[in-house]
Amino acid sequence: MSAPLLEAARLQLRFGAVRALDGVDIEIFPGEVVAIVGESGSGKSTLLRVLAGAMNAEAGTVLYRDAEGEAHDVHALTEAGRRKLMRSDWGFVHQNARDGLRMGISAGGNVGERLMAAGDRNYAHIRAEAAEWMARVEMDPARIDEPPKNFSGGMQQRLQIARCLVTSPRLVFMDEPTGGLDVSVQARLLDLIRGLVSQLGLAVFFVTHDIAAARLLAHRIVVMRHGRIVEEGLADRVLDDPRHAYTQLLVSSVLAA
Amino acid sequence: MNAITPRNAPGNTPEHAYNFAYLDEATKRMIRRAILKAIAIPGHQIPFGAREMPLPYGWGTGGIQVTAAILGPRDVLKVIDQGADDTTNAVSIRRFFARVANVETTTRTAEATIIQTRHRIPERPLTEGQVMVFQVPMPEPLFRLEPRLAETRRLHALGDYSLAQVRLYEDIARQGESGSAYNHPVMVGGRYLMSPSPIPGFDNPKLHNSPALMLFGAGREKKIYAVPPYTEVRSLDFEDHPFKPMRAPQCCSACGSATSYLDEIVADDQGGRIFVCSDTDHCAETQGQ
Repeated sequence: MSAPLLEAARLQLRFGAVRALDGVDIEIFPGEVVAIVGESGSGKSTLLRVLAGAMNAEAGTVLYRDAEGEAHDVHALTEAGRRKLMRSDWGFVHQNARDGLRMGISAGGNVGERLMAAGDRNYAHIRAEAAEWMARVEMDPARIDEPPKNFSGGMQQRLQIARCLVTSPRLVFMDEPTGGLDVSVQARLLDLIRGLVSQLGLAVFFVTHDIAAARLLAHRIVVMRHGRIVEEGLADRVLDDPRHAYTQLLVSSVLAA
Repeated sequence: MNAITPRNAPGNTPEHAYNFAYLDEATKRMIRRAILKAIAIPGHQIPFGAREMPLPYGWGTGGIQVTAAILGPRDVLKVIDQGADDTTNAVSIRRFFARVANVETTTRTAEATIIQTRHRIPERPLTEGQVMVFQVPMPEPLFRLEPRLAETRRLHALGDYSLAQVRLYEDIARQGESGSAYNHPVMVGGRYLMSPSPIPGFDNPKLHNSPALMLFGAGREKKIYAVPPYTEVRSLDFEDHPFKPMRAPQCCSACGSATSYLDEIVADDQGGRIFVCSDTDHCAETQGQ
């Protein structure tokens, strides 16, 4: 097996008296989907932000291996280096599409921005790529010049995913990408993400409180509580044979339809 | 330093009431330091302590301070406002320096050593040794794209200008061409995005590899920036939508020029209009030939 794409060791972070991260070790391999589950306040979103370098931990390291196999300490990078990584190798899908999109700019501009940031200066090519990615996330490419505010919540989320994937990243961070959507839209979005992930061979960190979404997407599940990882393992093992008392509670709390 | 005597003291000529070129020597040195720094980092905005000037903000306080700082007794000064030498702003600033610095003034581009300008570059090609001084209302090219000044400084530091490129993409998607007929942003020396002050896009190519030194002064925003002679200045564009300087397709009705930048003037109350050169010196020269 190849070396991990991203590995974090002994991450520590406190917010006042609250331990948001308490000695967290986590790693992800190329092409792997890791779900981070837990209740609100368990530190899962904080963990994601620390892994993505958007927030610094008080202690611990995050190492990222680029396409050449060279390891970078994410928190020791300069801001320029981190931004470069963010727009070439990584993608971040926010829970709220408004945080990840520019609401005043057309759908095509939103998808094209990452290409332009990466140095593409050919208008026709940018536009063709944007239209193609809109089609791939099952949006109508004819609406390329409409601003995101014309789109429904589910469509905005698809647009955000297209914007992330257009520069073909290797690692994508998703923070509750299906939060706030109704169940049928959620199901279609999860189906889309699953398809894209397997086509593109993406590695994905996927934060969710939705156990069903984790079962559908994840290869591996990490359960967090009070800033600690209480259990981790293959998705079906964790969900069908939970060992930690908290995981058992979490799994048994899911309502059967 | 000269003691300041009251301006209206009997037997005192006006220019004795002020230090040479109005500003005191310490202020001029401060501005010169900012100018040197600006020339060393082409296109980068340097903050400076802009002074209150005897004219309102928006009338050229930045340009006038830069001119005052670089002016010497042997300089020949030309001042233009939208290309014209005979408009109120140009006449007032020219008279101001004639009075407080006693320098020679001219309306002829060829004779001038310093040209202070509002929103135009003269039609006649500039030569080595000439200095252009631009009056700049808003020095930040990312203004209107990113409202936080701290963030615009970060974007400049990182050389991340995708926002400006996205704006251009939006213009082309919406109307098939760039939406800025003036103040079209330029990349200076392949590093800094710069606002060329509101000169028409027609004048943008004149910034590229110009033999003259270009200084930009923004009084209200307290910034100075510069394009040194023979510096690469490229207007922002796409490979397949190259930057096109725009010009009215007519000829000048005074001199007949088909290549100069034109102003459109309503000539009567029947809707009739004529086009004349915006550069009055160039127009007079062409008419004289």
